[in-house]
Amino acid sequence: MILVIAEQRSGTLNRATWETVAAAQQLAAASGPAAEAIAIVALGSQIDGVAAELAAAQVSEVVTIDDPALALYTPDGYTAALQQVIAELAPTLVLLPHTYQTRDFAPKLAARLERALITDATAVKPGSSGPVFVRSMFQGKLTADVAAHGPEPHVVTFQIGAFRGDQAGRGPAPAPIRAIHVTIDAAAIRQTPEAPFQEAKQSVDLSQAERIVSVGRGIKGQEHLPLARQLADALGAELGASRPICDAGWLPMDRQVGSSGQTVAPKVYVALGISGAIQHLVGMKGSNVVVAINKDPDAPIFEIADYGIVGDLFEVVPAMIAALKT
Amino acid sequence: MKIAVCIKQVPSRDWHPRLDDAGTWIRESDATYEMNEPDAYALEESLRLKEKHGGEVVVCSAGPARVAQVLREALARGADRAIHVDGEALAGADAFVVAAALSAAMADERFDLILTGLQSDDQGLGQIGVVLAERLGLPHATIIMDVAVESSSIRVKRELEGGWFQWVTMPLPALITIQSGINQLRYATLKGIMGAKKKEIRKAAPPDGVSPRQTIVGLYVPEKTKKTQLIDGSPAQAAVELVRRLREEARVI
Repeated sequence: MILVIAEQRSGTLNRATWETVAAAQQLAAASGPAAEAIAIVALGSQIDGVAAELAAAQVSEVVTIDDPALALYTPDGYTAALQQVIAELAPTLVLLPHTYQTRDFAPKLAARLERALITDATAVKPGSSGPVFVRSMFQGKLTADVAAHGPEPHVVTFQIGAFRGDQAGRGPAPAPIRAIHVTIDAAAIRQTPEAPFQEAKQSVDLSQAERIVSVGRGIKGQEHLPLARQLADALGAELGASRPICDAGWLPMDRQVGSSGQTVAPKVYVALGISGAIQHLVGMKGSNVVVAINKDPDAPIFEIADYGIVGDLFEVVPAMIAALKT
Repeated sequence: MKIAVCIKQVPSRDWHPRLDDAGTWIRESDATYEMNEPDAYALEESLRLKEKHGGEVVVCSAGPARVAQVLREALARGADRAIHVDGEALAGADAFVVAAALSAAMADERFDLILTGLQSDDQGLGQIGVVLAERLGLPHATIIMDVAVESSSIRVKRELEGGWFQWVTMPLPALITIQSGINQLRYATLKGIMGAKKKEIRKAAPPDGVSPRQTIVGLYVPEKTKKTQLIDGSPAQAAVELVRRLREEARVI
């Protein structure tokens, strides 16, 4: 049996859960003539709505753990609850979306169970003894096929966007929902979380921009930003940046594109001196046309670019500005 | 306050990837190495906590002989001493093997707080800090952007996705993983570099009998998912041609 761990916050399902359901369905279909069963577990407090939403999936059942101790996420609470669910259901695989939340508890759960954990997988391939999981390494410069070892279940998290949630199979009738009771000792939860909050309101909404010129480490210094700004002006574009630029304080955080910043999908995205770390790519790969200018021909940004120039941005950009003015 | 910071040595940013003969790991002899960037931020945060609260900073790394270089660098920036779990096989090992190596060498030290980067720029597993916490029986929090130490607890600011944050309080001892950009990094001074030579690096052997839970069966240059039109020529020619194609082909400007 394949177990999918759903993610929800305050009763709202994280859409990435559907992508994990799609991954589970692909793995189940490949498991042999009698496809493996799939169960989804949702945990939290007052999650009936989430369970009902998930029951639309083509799975054998939706299992819920509804406990006030799980109202706000903590790694200790989640690990205690999931350890018991996994003992009861005895799955062969446990699948999760690769989110900031699962990054926080999945390694703890796997270590507690002493089971393999493969993180941030982008695809599954058949291997000589069980499935092999594909994941990016070395900042996207290399890709690895990784095999899990040791007793089951093996735990795998999937990169956001690796599978399509809208292609997850829906069942002809809602799947049965079953509540499982677990014992969670609230006093044993060592983290005391406060309510999530947003920092000062975003003053720039890059998600609505039609054109974006984004700068990365290749811009070398804050004093070179006017060059990028001139190109943005010539294109009628907003200025964006990769994380290191905002970390350095060269541009405010609300200009940041990527998993910790904004997710954008403009008509054209011009990446200047951005190598293309996965954290950046997930924030902009929905762009219609991607242009990359980078001096490193191995930069992963070229893997998703439609147009690329391998060269020095300090030579290319002034020539582009001049060409745009003609 | 007794603080540990776990760091990793990874191939440097401008390294051109080359594979070993088996095609399951990189050719280590070709690579140049540097301190994993998120770990550099964790080191900086450790030094700042020591400056504020007193105590010592012990820098720990598990890896082959070459990792002594980043340990020296951390000592030069201000760490007080180092622990090096020395083993050739640790270079490409999985999180369970590395965390077991670190926990065996660190357990007796009874640190108040352990910091590490949120993930490494080589395998990028993003697991070792959390697995280490579990092995040492410590509470943890990940992807931290601010740290406030109180008398017997710690209040940390977790980064969530899409610009959201959350404060979490935990009792000490605890482990936190640090997000890049939490602080501004310092460089080693000449005095620091000279002083580092006299600081202790304790060597430890990795424990026996820990088998990896995952192995790399194939490593390769990623297959392109998109057909990129690479535009050649001088920078000026390429720029003119790019603008033409954006106007006439892609019609986005």
